[in-house]
Amino acid sequence: MNVVEVRRRSYHDSVTLMQVSRTVAGVEGVVAAQVAMGTELNLDVLRGMGFEVPEGVGPADLVLAVQAADEDALVRARAATEAALAASWSGGGDTGLGTAPAARTVGAAARRTPDATVALVSVPGQHAFSEAIDALEAGLSVLLFSDNVPVEQEIRLKDEGARRGLLVMGPDCGTAAVGGVGLGFANAVPSGPVGIVAASGTGAQQVMCLLAGAGVGVSHCLGVGGRDLSSAVAGRSTKQALAMLDADPATELIVVVSKPAAEEVAADLASYVDGLATPVQFAVLGRGRPDLTAAAARAAAAAGVAWRDPRSWPAAADSPGRYRRLRGLFAGGTLCDEAMLIAADLLGPDAPVRSNIPLDPSLALGPSLDAEGHLMIDFGDDALTRGRPHPMIDQRSRLDRLALEAARVADGAAGEGSVLLLDVVLGHGAHPDPAAQLAAAVAAALRTAGDAGRDLAVVLSLCGTLDDPQGLERQAEAFVAAGASVHLSNAAAARHAVDLLEVAR
Amino acid sequence: MSGLLDSPLAVVSAGVPLFADAAQAQAVPVTRVDWRPPEPGTEQDLARVMGDPRREEANRTAVGRLLSAGAELVDVRPAAEALGLERGSFLHAGPPIDRERASGPLRGALIGAMLLEDLAEDPAQAEQELAAGGIGLDPCHHHRTVGPMAGVVSPSMWLFELRDPQHGGTAWCSLNEGLGKVLRYGAYGPEVVERLRWMNDVLGPLLRTAVRSHGPVDITSIAAQMLQMGDEGHNRNRAGTLMFLREVLPGLIDSGAPAADVAEVARFVAGNDHFFLNLAMPACKLATDAARDVTGSTLVVAMARNGTDFGIQVSGTGDEWFTAPANTPDGLFLGSYGPLDANPDIGDSAITETAGIGGFAMAAAPAIVRFVGGSVSDAIEATQLMYDITLAESTTYQIPVLEFRGTPTGIDVTRVVRTGLLPHINTGMAGRVAGTGQVGAGIVNPPAEIFPAALRALAAAVPV
Repeated sequence: MNVVEVRRRSYHDSVTLMQVSRTVAGVEGVVAAQVAMGTELNLDVLRGMGFEVPEGVGPADLVLAVQAADEDALVRARAATEAALAASWSGGGDTGLGTAPAARTVGAAARRTPDATVALVSVPGQHAFSEAIDALEAGLSVLLFSDNVPVEQEIRLKDEGARRGLLVMGPDCGTAAVGGVGLGFANAVPSGPVGIVAASGTGAQQVMCLLAGAGVGVSHCLGVGGRDLSSAVAGRSTKQALAMLDADPATELIVVVSKPAAEEVAADLASYVDGLATPVQFAVLGRGRPDLTAAAARAAAAAGVAWRDPRSWPAAADSPGRYRRLRGLFAGGTLCDEAMLIAADLLGPDAPVRSNIPLDPSLALGPSLDAEGHLMIDFGDDALTRGRPHPMIDQRSRLDRLALEAARVADGAAGEGSVLLLDVVLGHGAHPDPAAQLAAAVAAALRTAGDAGRDLAVVLSLCGTLDDPQGLERQAEAFVAAGASVHLSNAAAARHAVDLLEVAR
Repeated sequence: MSGLLDSPLAVVSAGVPLFADAAQAQAVPVTRVDWRPPEPGTEQDLARVMGDPRREEANRTAVGRLLSAGAELVDVRPAAEALGLERGSFLHAGPPIDRERASGPLRGALIGAMLLEDLAEDPAQAEQELAAGGIGLDPCHHHRTVGPMAGVVSPSMWLFELRDPQHGGTAWCSLNEGLGKVLRYGAYGPEVVERLRWMNDVLGPLLRTAVRSHGPVDITSIAAQMLQMGDEGHNRNRAGTLMFLREVLPGLIDSGAPAADVAEVARFVAGNDHFFLNLAMPACKLATDAARDVTGSTLVVAMARNGTDFGIQVSGTGDEWFTAPANTPDGLFLGSYGPLDANPDIGDSAITETAGIGGFAMAAAPAIVRFVGGSVSDAIEATQLMYDITLAESTTYQIPVLEFRGTPTGIDVTRVVRTGLLPHINTGMAGRVAGTGQVGAGIVNPPAEIFPAALRALAAAVPV
């Protein structure tokens, strides 16, 4: 059968059309094919091939002439023509001559990277929304590191993501791991059966590292942002992440790591989880709840692995009972939270722990970030990172404070010593060698106090795995050599710090 | 659900390089965004417009119309007949302007047009009439018309009439006079007026006969082909002009007009490399007009200059103009003219960039890069950068050296504000002083502040 089809006013250059013709002629069941502009010359060629050319075809019209064995072959020939014409437009991928300048927006970059799956957005918070929504419109899930993003923008992004079947991780989401690749702050953990949904970045890192230490691997860790379980955001991303992990064949157990959810959100989530095929455990930090180490132990048990307590290295010269104050200097917000919960529980209401992220508003530290007695500062809090890098990357704020605390002990009266509790988080994205400066500063602090005949102890919570690029052993040894005790469990570090205090005796 | 968990991870990263580095260190392919903060003060408006749930669909509709529009030359006739333009009324390029603020070239062109229309005996009298406010003045754009440079249209001038067979729109443009001392560059000497009279008496009527005997001439198709022949449709129109002449020449010869007139018309068109500009412009006008008035769309549907102000109109904000003082082009000068002789940017011809050709197709026209853009690689980069501020790639106009990629098409106000990249416009330069004519050609950008102004209006129109 001979068929001639005309597409009015559809210009393509002759070289392209010769290539298209060759492609179509090679289709199974096609005897002859010519795809050409309707110039007099081409129409004559078609007539010569035995085709009947309709009236009124002009040089601006595209003519598809096919001699096909049957109807099926004709359908295939049409499809091949469409595909070959479409392929003649290079689209965004190929840049031709010259090197294309770098894309200026997430959307533009996504159009150049057709197989992109996720956008990492870490621009300042007031600009983050545009880039994130651009990513969603380009079909990418989003990991939104940026903080200071208004909650109504977060809701809008998450609804838009859900509508498109894309996940919005964040805002203020520092950690994710997808298929063994860490995004943002993420430790090198083996792959395994546990999927993590994390409303808390360092909380998720702690759980993953402790699981890795116990020999339990992780399938994926999907961050959702610290506000996801608030009343306003109502678990939008948490539910979506749960559904994705539920559908993931590699995930056999899901652990949700978060701070306490708003009551109605927690209830809603509980019923949502009931509908999933995969078992879900909640590692929710709060008063009277298990700490993250206990949560990791429970998950390991569910995965059928025998638990052993995470490793620790004692300090050479601690003097239990000779310290009055507990001073926590944290980079990880959730680690700070967990330490406060443990300290508050052990110390009781008469020895309050003040903080810039207090357990109770009455315990809030003022802008000076200073007070008598016990305190714990989260140096990674939004308010302290505006316009400066996160303390997991830049240690300056904590180095300064460490020196200040040591000087205060040295200048203070005998019997007024302090226990300093610090966290160090290893992994991708974090400082390449935290011990280089911080261990030296710890040693200097201990020396300052010791030279003055005063008491100072340093307890370090080290969150990492053996495979982390910074080297877990090497980091631990450096801090032990500096005089600190080192604990892979943040909860154990907090308990040890409290144990050293005078009041605990 | 999404392919996030089951496809190989590939990352686009904007912001802190550390995260991109960390992903790359794990052997994940990373495309980095050269992100820069937008102009301070635009954050709220950007968030509001970017968050407008109507925006994406509205832009798809608007740019879809722009891309699918066609353009056929269907007639050639006088402005009085086509537009109902009355004696004493004149159209001009760009956003609205009153005569007090009119630039030198616009005044010059108006003087020439008054002489053409016998509304004044001599330039001095025309100037007096002009100062007295005795004439009507309205933008071409308000009459579905576009005019290059000063863009002055008077009732007796002949216009190309183009129709969009897809969307049914109509657009008009004057006939191109050539280069040098010509009305659109503000010249009004006797030779200018004499040429215009010849165009009215001979060129217009003959072209009408030829077009009517030919039937609709597909301008879109010629424009698509010219881009593959070294033209960009704004500052180079040589191939387009010759292809157009090829279409109408048989009809001209057949018209029965005196052979001397036919020869003169053929000589005039063939000798004026910009003749096709006045066909490319209304073709672009049809495309951008088809994209007008889509609620919520952030697509720019007009960029136009009157020699004093540069103005844009946006699909989602109707007929409102967002204007600021026009910049002066940067480029090369004719003869002994220099930068001080140049008038600020003027003309409706930036409609070509608005529709995705002209400066946006700079990479297609290596022959003129020295004239307007420096090196060939500058030209390629100019086009490539425009992809970051446009909504689509043309399905009609292709750039061979970019592997036949479609030209960047459909300027998005939000992308201009987000990136700070301004549209790249190729343009001619008129003399600052009325009567001078052309002094050069070059490239120009719109004043940056009109895009945040348009964004503000778009933000105010987002439903709460």
